[in-house]
Amino acid sequence: MKAVELKMNNINIEFPGVHALKGVDFTLKSGTINALIGANGAGKSTLMKILSGSYSHYTGEITLNDKPATIRNPKQAKNLGIDIVHQEVDIALVPYLTVAENILLDKIANNMENRHRIKWKEIHQEAKEVLLQLDIHLPTHRLISELTLADKQMVLIARSLINKPKFLILDEPTAPLSDTETEKLFFTIRKLQNEFNIGIVFISHRLPELFEICENITVMRDGLIVSNKKIKNTTIDEIVKDMLGDESTHLYVKKEKTIGNTTLQVTDLTNHDLSIKNISLHINSGEIVGIAGLVGAGKTELCKTLFGDFPIKSGTIQINEEIQKYKNTAQAVNKGIALVPEERRKEGIFVDEPVYKNFTISHLKNFSSRFNILSQKKEREISKEMIAKLGVKTPNELQNIGLLSGGNQQKVAVGKWLISPAHVYIFDEPTKGIDIGAKAEMFELIDQLASEGKAVLYASSELQEILTITDRIYIMYDNKIVKEVLTKDTSEEEIMFFSTGGTK
Amino acid sequence: MMDTLNSKNILNFLNKWGVILAVILIILFFTFSLPDLFLTSSNIINILRSISIVTIIAVGLTISLSVNGFDLSVGSAATVSSSLIISFFVWYNMPFGIALPLAILLTLIIAGINAFLIVKVKIPDLFATLSTMFIFEGVAMTYTGGGSISVGMPKLDGSPTTGKLPELFLKLGQTPWIIIIMLISVFLVHLFLNHSKHGRYMYMIGGNQEAARLSGIPVKKYRALAYVLSTFFAALGGIVLASYVGSSQINAGSGYLMPAVAAAFIGSSFAGHGKPNAIGTFVGAVLVGVLENGLVMMSVPYYSLNIVKGTVLALALASTYYSQKKF
Repeated sequence: MKAVELKMNNINIEFPGVHALKGVDFTLKSGTINALIGANGAGKSTLMKILSGSYSHYTGEITLNDKPATIRNPKQAKNLGIDIVHQEVDIALVPYLTVAENILLDKIANNMENRHRIKWKEIHQEAKEVLLQLDIHLPTHRLISELTLADKQMVLIARSLINKPKFLILDEPTAPLSDTETEKLFFTIRKLQNEFNIGIVFISHRLPELFEICENITVMRDGLIVSNKKIKNTTIDEIVKDMLGDESTHLYVKKEKTIGNTTLQVTDLTNHDLSIKNISLHINSGEIVGIAGLVGAGKTELCKTLFGDFPIKSGTIQINEEIQKYKNTAQAVNKGIALVPEERRKEGIFVDEPVYKNFTISHLKNFSSRFNILSQKKEREISKEMIAKLGVKTPNELQNIGLLSGGNQQKVAVGKWLISPAHVYIFDEPTKGIDIGAKAEMFELIDQLASEGKAVLYASSELQEILTITDRIYIMYDNKIVKEVLTKDTSEEEIMFFSTGGTK
Repeated sequence: MMDTLNSKNILNFLNKWGVILAVILIILFFTFSLPDLFLTSSNIINILRSISIVTIIAVGLTISLSVNGFDLSVGSAATVSSSLIISFFVWYNMPFGIALPLAILLTLIIAGINAFLIVKVKIPDLFATLSTMFIFEGVAMTYTGGGSISVGMPKLDGSPTTGKLPELFLKLGQTPWIIIIMLISVFLVHLFLNHSKHGRYMYMIGGNQEAARLSGIPVKKYRALAYVLSTFFAALGGIVLASYVGSSQINAGSGYLMPAVAAAFIGSSFAGHGKPNAIGTFVGAVLVGVLENGLVMMSVPYYSLNIVKGTVLALALASTYYSQKKF
């Protein structure tokens, strides 16, 4: 088969406030597997979305065998033989249709022309053939909703084969898979490479598996491609260095604090859906402990399990040496745990409500008289105090919180836990989507909590932030804590090494 | 820029005060069209009486709406409670002091099942209460043997009955008591939703269930409570209805479901920025009541009234949804 070469030259794209790709060149040959890797926000997803036709407002040139190709929408990309299998497989599948219907969805939806009757026999026959070519054994009559995640991925790969693609982008396909499922996927990917001569872009955060299956590895950072290497000529350490670069801007200088006794002690904690396994950790009073790890490592699940939002299967949680059993978030709040969740607009605040109701929601008891009648006057007074104390930029406490900037919304999301003090403060990606200035203020606020003797858990995939604000770090990989390090003795390289599955 | 600002302000104003404005305009219209007939104290009492049962049921429904739920079973709950209380008096000679709480308590079983289906089994609110609506319509009919119950009628097995309806009970359905019960219900639900901790929790759950849970609100408990209260007011409405009619009729409550839904939605749209609230629901019911009353007086046939009711509802909903910006 003839080799096809795809080139992206000098690709630039901007979004409001971000220059997401700054002149990127990327080459892909059919019949090869190319790894694409980079920290969150490096631009790899954006680049692949351009290639698969999701964005139309970029500048730069795409060529196929040196002939210019126009890709401004998904259909053009597909016609040129470029397809993508997204990470969220469920978005692309119709759960109550069969495997066969999903594989041939495009054909049924778009290529029926003047026919109105669906020939079920043909559909199933065609789907069976595609699956057979890939050595996938799935009954074509099975409903998608009955499949495992791994099988759904296979259905999507089979679907992309219908269009006889030359290039296939797999966006973090292994993130939700078990080891045996990953092996199976790799088998299929090698088949695509060798028998179908497809060029594959493989996006993943797990370095060891990239070294197992890819030939080339491209590293992105801050909207640029920083290196492009043959796998056999490089090492995990080298790739980690490329991913991190050597910036060392200091956002904030931490205060000196005295660290006291153990406030939170977690022993061998496993939750019911196994999104965290055998977690043991402790936080002392006055200490800021980081949870590092890549997206999907289980950080959010750990935070929410500690907050009572996930049922616990085994293990114990102790606060001030007392074993705590709480079944829901309300009980967790009563035990003195506070959580600032990751998805601010979805989980942290009530966007349609005024600022003061957002402040007081978790401690309405403080504002209730007999018969639980609320004193809105009291609520508003305390909210005014909090607005002044935290420097929330808002005309007044009656303003709708949805109209404030991200950083100010986050201050309120934190502030609601300051009205009645907790023992343990859990922050899950607290700086997500807020500007540098607000970030520094957020660090100051968190530092202040620690110096008041609170135990703070700080989960983030931003390594610099973790290194700036924490005293000690636990690193998560694959839903487990794989390493504990002291912040002063570690480096971004070391954390990245362990959070991508490295072992020493 | 100025223009869009102005039109936005007008929309906002209409959203806030639209229903009040509409009521005033309609009252003015009828007052001038029907001098000496419309704005008389007896007619005002008449209107209030005519909307009281709908309003009692609708404020309960409003509570279920506040958690972003929907209780379609309120009509059936009203039927069940009206059948129960009449049967208690007629079949079992129960005293008022026992029959009333017992009827309400037994009707609350519906709330328990609703809460179970919605909170535990996780069926969407609308479908869960649709099932219980049918189930308890059937239960009420089965209990009464598919017929009505009134004083002097024999029991299902043919044995004669001697029970009478107590005086105190019959008072409930008469003016002024029926109006007083309605006003107290509206007041209590308003106090509960707008001025109590629990009401705040419910609105927050209705606004964003995820954020509510992660703020430490016991979401399941409050959603269940919303259905208990919704059924409670439906049961109360059914009892007032039984007293008003003086007997228990087949599916008596089901006719109140849709008017109650309409009142709650007109109220939340016109007088609450889409937020369900007790006062709004009351004013919504008044609006419909005034319209019905006036139009009947102007010799519009009763069978055409639903055209007007539906149009008002559509206008109300349009005022909420049309002004909402799509992001």
